[in-house]
This record gives sequence, C-alpha cells and structure tokens, in this order.
Amino acid sequence: MANKINVLADKCVGCGLCANNCPFGAISMQERPDHPRKFKLAVIDANKCTFCGACIEACKTFKAIEMHKEEVTSGVDKSLYRGVWVYAEQRHGEISSVVYELLNQGSVLAKALQVPLSAVLIGSNITDKAQDLIDRGADKVYVYDDPVFIEFQDDPYSCILTSLIEKEKPEIILMGATNIGRSFASRVAAKIYTGLTADCTALDIDLETRNLLQTRPAFGGNIMATILTPRHRPQMATVRHKVFKEAKVEKGRKGEVIVNKVDASKIISRTKFLGFIKDASASVNISDADIIVSGGRGLGNPEGFKLIAELAELLGGAVGASRAAVDSNWIPYSHQVGQTGRTVAPKVYIACGISGQIQHMVGMSSSDTIIAINKDKECPMMQMATYSMEGDLYEIIPEIIKEIKKTRCSI
Amino acid sequence: MHILVCIKQVPGTTNVQIDPEKGTLKREGVEAVINPFDEYAIEEAVRLKERIGGTVTVITMGPPQAESALREAISRGADNAVLVGDRAFAGADTWATSYALSSAIKTIKDFGVIFCGKQATDGDTAQVGPSVAEMLDIPHIAYVKKIEEISETSMKVERMMEDGYDLIETPVPCLITVVKEINTPRVPSLRGKMAAKKAVITQLNAQTINADTTKTGLAGSPTQVKKIFTPPQRQGGEKFTGEPQVIAAELVKKLLGSGIIN
Repeated sequence: MANKINVLADKCVGCGLCANNCPFGAISMQERPDHPRKFKLAVIDANKCTFCGACIEACKTFKAIEMHKEEVTSGVDKSLYRGVWVYAEQRHGEISSVVYELLNQGSVLAKALQVPLSAVLIGSNITDKAQDLIDRGADKVYVYDDPVFIEFQDDPYSCILTSLIEKEKPEIILMGATNIGRSFASRVAAKIYTGLTADCTALDIDLETRNLLQTRPAFGGNIMATILTPRHRPQMATVRHKVFKEAKVEKGRKGEVIVNKVDASKIISRTKFLGFIKDASASVNISDADIIVSGGRGLGNPEGFKLIAELAELLGGAVGASRAAVDSNWIPYSHQVGQTGRTVAPKVYIACGISGQIQHMVGMSSSDTIIAINKDKECPMMQMATYSMEGDLYEIIPEIIKEIKKTRCSI
Repeated sequence: MHILVCIKQVPGTTNVQIDPEKGTLKREGVEAVINPFDEYAIEEAVRLKERIGGTVTVITMGPPQAESALREAISRGADNAVLVGDRAFAGADTWATSYALSSAIKTIKDFGVIFCGKQATDGDTAQVGPSVAEMLDIPHIAYVKKIEEISETSMKVERMMEDGYDLIETPVPCLITVVKEINTPRVPSLRGKMAAKKAVITQLNAQTINADTTKTGLAGSPTQVKKIFTPPQRQGGEKFTGEPQVIAAELVKKLLGSGIIN
C-alpha cells in the first residue's frame, strides 16, 4: 500500500482542472484564506483515488501533483505463459459470430507475439466445428466434446476451462462479451486470480512487456481507459459483438485439432439445466443488422413504430428503439439500443425522434453512417449525425420512403 | 432464510453530462445513487423474504459515503446493512472487490440466496457477482429474470439469454444476478424511511473480515489502469433543413450516390 499521491501546495494555483478531469470525483477545491492571492487548493480524497493519473495529465502546465506508484512483483512467472486463445462460444451447436471476430483480432495479436492462435471449443457433438475455426485462422483447436456440455452451465464450463488454462498456460484469452462469456469468464478469472477486462473496444500488444493493452469505455463511454494486467497471466478480456471484423474464411486451412478426453465423473455441476424456451421476438437480432432504423420518444405514440418498421423493411434492416420508447411500452425490450440494451454498429443507423442521451449514444456511436431525424436541431444526436434532417419525422420519413421507391422503380 | 444483497453506490448516470469544451464529465450536482440494477436485486430479496420469511441484509464495499446507499436499501425493505470499508480496499478492480466482498460474506456465514444486480452502471463489467460466487465456492446463475420456485434448499429460475431463456435449478446457498425484467421496485415507504434513519450500520474492515491485504485494493488488483483519455468526439456532418419533400430527395440521392444504401 505504498501508493502515494500529493498536491504540491506551492505549485497549485487552484485552477480546478484536476478536479474536473478526475473520473472518480476524488478531488475537491478547498479555500485557502492564508494564500497571498487567495488561490484555492486541490485536495485529493485518498478513499476515492485510484491512482489513474488523469489529474497529473490535467496538471501538465503546473506540475503540482506528484504520484508514486509502487511496483508490485508477483509470484507468477510470466515467461511460462505463451500463446493466444479465443474461447469458441457455441449455443445449441452453433458457433457465435463474435468468435470469428475474435479470431481475426486474435491472429493480429498472435502474430505480434510470434505465438500460435488457439481456439477452445466446449460442447456436445461439436468436434466437426473445429475445422470452421481453423478456416478462420486458428492454428490449434482444443475440443471438449461430451454430453455433459450440451447446455451452458457455469460450473462445468468454468471447471474445464480452468483446468485447461492451468495445464497449457496461455498468455491471452479473448471471449465474447455475451451472457455466457461474461458469466463464466468471471468465474474462471476469480479462480485463477487473474485480470479480466470487460467490453474491450481495442486490443494491442506492448511488445516489450508482452502486455495486452485493453482499451474500454468507462463511465458510460464518456471516457476511455487503457487497462493492463501487468503481473498476472493469462490476460483475459471480453469483447462485444461487431467491435472487430470477422476473420476471412480460408477453406481447408491446415491446423491441429486436439480432442481432449472428458472424465465426466470429475465434472461437477451443482446446477441442473431443465429446459430452453425460445423467444420469438428475439429473432430480431439487432446486433447483427447492417441497417437499423430506430425510434424514440419523438414518435409520440406506439403507432409511430409502424412507420419505422416500414422504412426498415424497405431498406432490409431491423427496428431499434431508445430506452424511452421501450419504457413507454411502445416496443419490446429486445429492440433497445444503448447502455442497458444492445450495442450495435451497423453500416447505417437512422435515429428518428431520438435526442441522443449519452446512454443511447454509447450503444450506437460506432455506426458507419448516422442519420438523425428530429425537430430539435440542437439535440446531441443531430449534432453528431453524419446527416441530420431537421423537421417532423412524420413528414420526412414518408417522403424518404416515397423517394426510395421512386428511385428504385426508375432503375 | 438469511438473504443477502450486494449493492454498489454509483454516480446518478441520468444526470451525467459532458463538458463540451473540455470533453470531461461534469461532476457538480451529480448525486450518488444505488446502482439502478441493484434496486431490482433489493426488491427481489424483499419479495423473497415476504414469501418465505427471513431477513434481508444489504452489503456494500465502499467509502464511508456509501452508507447513504445502504440506508436507502433499508427504506426499500431491507432489515440490516453492512459497510465493508477500509483504506486498504481503495482502487480495487473487480477481482479485489470480489475478494473483499466474499471475505466479508464468509464472516456472515449462514446465508441462503445472495442477490446482485446484473452489472453496475459505472463500470458495466457484470463480473463481481459471478466472481463472488466462485470465491465463496457456491453456484451462481447470471441474468435471472424470474424465480419460478424456491425452498430453503433449492430454487428454480429463468436465465435470460440472447435467444430466449433457460430454466435452471440450483441448490441454495447460491448467488444470482438479476435483470430489470424480474420486477418493478417499490418506492420507499414512510415506515421504511424511519427505519433507515434509525438503522445501525455494521462496519467491517480488512482486519475484521480476515482479508489478506496483499489481495485487496489497488495492490491486490490484477488489472491496472494505464491511462484514461477522452475519446475523439464524433464530428457532426451535413445538415438538411427545409421542405420535407426536398430534403428527403436530397438525402436519398446522397445515400444512393455514395452506395450507403442500394
């Protein structure tokens, strides 16, 4: 606990830049009546400070904050850990598309580190899927194929992955930030005492230390943080859908498939899987759509979604919604885009009557082209859109529909 | 049953605004609230108590200010509150937070179901719940949207997945993380508010929970923040104003012309 951070009273001019930049609200500005020019003084609350260094960056001009971070050495011999792994999540026997995206980025990391890229496939009757993973860039696939893994449960999955990690010692493990990935990756990381960074949006390598530079949004996407796991191995990270592009298919690519025997008697599952009930409305998977037409509070009533759906259908896209529209019961939750809904990154995102609360923006701001339709030209969505259309959406959307139909007919 | 709820105090995100010039968070006037997902966890715990009897204890790791979140939980129907606070816990990542929470829970012993919100709105990791379960060596089920059956020794729950839901049975003790579909939290009652005011908060620290301080706080955290930066702001593009018919035609021409749609 030898981390120290101090404000140098003689250098602090009381400008408050550090307090404004502190993501943790740990700095307050206090009066200094005894100061000749009545400057305020920055005071750091040791209970809130995480030594992130944002204040030091903010105080570049005055250099009034000093930080000393203790270098902690751990017992883990990092040189024993080599190789990049992707957890090949499957559900009902189908590999999740996020796996192909992770294999793409995983191969970049593996090349940089000059190590093989491996995939771990756990399930029942899934050995034949291993070649798909090799076609997408895996050099090696570890397979656990047994009826005990037919449905996802945290106990057996975390048990088998943990034992494979302990045996093979990879340096990096990437997993999808899905309900399955987030749930059991946490258990695995807790068990082997290593770092797990959620929802990374960029992954790089620091070649000197072989550390994985994990960048993720913090505080609802207002701030980005680059996170390291400097002393523990493996370095574990989860990544959402659509953050990376899918790896290209190279049919018949050569790779090694290692089918591990499963001693089912050693796989304990305290929970019992009883059944799966498919949600019909979940067939609208907005995470996978190339075009999304979204409606918000500005629609004024649930009928508005008929117009939204008409435009979406015409463009071959999906229907999205803001939280305001979902909370008003105009449309089911499965359509919700944003922090508490789905993260999407389509080619085109059309925001109709959505003002652009930050919680919505973090769920869609990486879309290629954003079109906003709104009466209020000052709202955040209109300010950041690639194309912003000022006016009544009930007048503009029908015109857009008419125009697209007209143009298509004339071709 | 002794029911536990792990909660976290977070900045009230509905108020979070960005300073347009500096691109940083505006902190002034942002009040600290109970993590919105934890409100569903508290409500479900209280409903469980009303159904099968028992007591509800809320627990949080945080600075002394987090006491207000605990008192609010009592106003919403919890019976007891525990604040796990120590300078040695400062700067904890999800692993070190889970370690401190699970160490504290080990001193409580006779618990049944532990409830958590599916994630906190400031960190958004969804990692602490499952990690606490692992460290306590009990099963967990994440993203629970309904408790179908419950007894002193087992429960049957619906786990929300991307394509529907799974029905899972788990023995008790266990930990579940809940999604907002599970219930509609009640507003604090007058009686609850009175109880919250009078409640004595149990204070635990690193020593009283027998924590190994090499595993707590920043020093015990496997992950470290290397740097924090403001993402480049997306620049606004072309603005269309005028007659709907005219601007719609202009937009469609642009989109088709550049191949954005076809």
